[in-house]
Amino acid sequence: MVLSPADKSNVKAAFGKIGGQVEEYGGEALERMFAAYPQTKTYFPHFDLGKGSAQVKGHGKKVAAALVEAANHIDDIAGALSKLSDLHAQKLRVDPVNFKLLGQCFLVVVATHNPALLTPEVHASLDKFLCAVGTVLTAKYR
Amino acid sequence: MVHWTAEEKQLITSLWGKVNVEECGAEALARLLIVYPWTQRFFDTFGNLSSPTAIVGNPKVRAHGKKVLTSFGEAIKNLDNLKGTYSKLSELHCDKLHVDPENFRLLGDILIVVLASHFTKDFTPACQAVWQKLVGLVAHALARKYH
Repeated sequence: MVLSPADKSNVKAAFGKIGGQVEEYGGEALERMFAAYPQTKTYFPHFDLGKGSAQVKGHGKKVAAALVEAANHIDDIAGALSKLSDLHAQKLRVDPVNFKLLGQCFLVVVATHNPALLTPEVHASLDKFLCAVGTVLTAKYR
Repeated sequence: MVHWTAEEKQLITSLWGKVNVEECGAEALARLLIVYPWTQRFFDTFGNLSSPTAIVGNPKVRAHGKKVLTSFGEAIKNLDNLKGTYSKLSELHCDKLHVDPENFRLLGDILIVVLASHFTKDFTPACQAVWQKLVGLVAHALARKYH
């Protein structure tokens, strides 16, 4: 799966419009993922996962920052996320299936906060982008 | 046996009551064909699917989307018997339509995004969780008779 020039343009524009709210989106995506897919909570036994958790918000900011970094270096996502890729392979070892779940929740957050932004074309591009990020983060698993 | 709490049923039926089945169905199917273009393989007879604009405006897509979501409505009336509700449709999708059940999961996720964009903040995390459960169970029921 390859990001076309149109996809790259759609993704950059989307993140541009989302702007500083992206940190909040990250936290809410995690919150939604924990609610909809409780098995994902198994990766956070050390977190308070209750409503409004500061740890979840903080982690959401990290996730958001990584997505922004990937969008800003969309021609070389593997390069941009290389260290994160190492971290996920060696230390975190989150099962690959979970990246799709978080991706779905991130799309839902964009849809709930900014429905006009999520035209079918942008929806497709963002979904591809999130898949690409997941692929990069699991690329060194074996 | 699937278990639904009263609260879960309420979250489903109250949202569903506000859904325009024709519009929502058309949008969900169109987005499925746009976001996951390989799903177009099942719709050779639908005419012009050459671009997102063509897909969104395609009357066969709209009509079929309405049909699919109307069927979803039946499931919602029979939450305690999804298997029974979808038994014949499951056989149909296997024996005649030859649809990989993965496609039901894809459509379910797309439907969630469509609902999210229509209901925005009313589509709370709790609401999404229940609907993800529902679409998962519908996908499972549709795959149940596969052999």
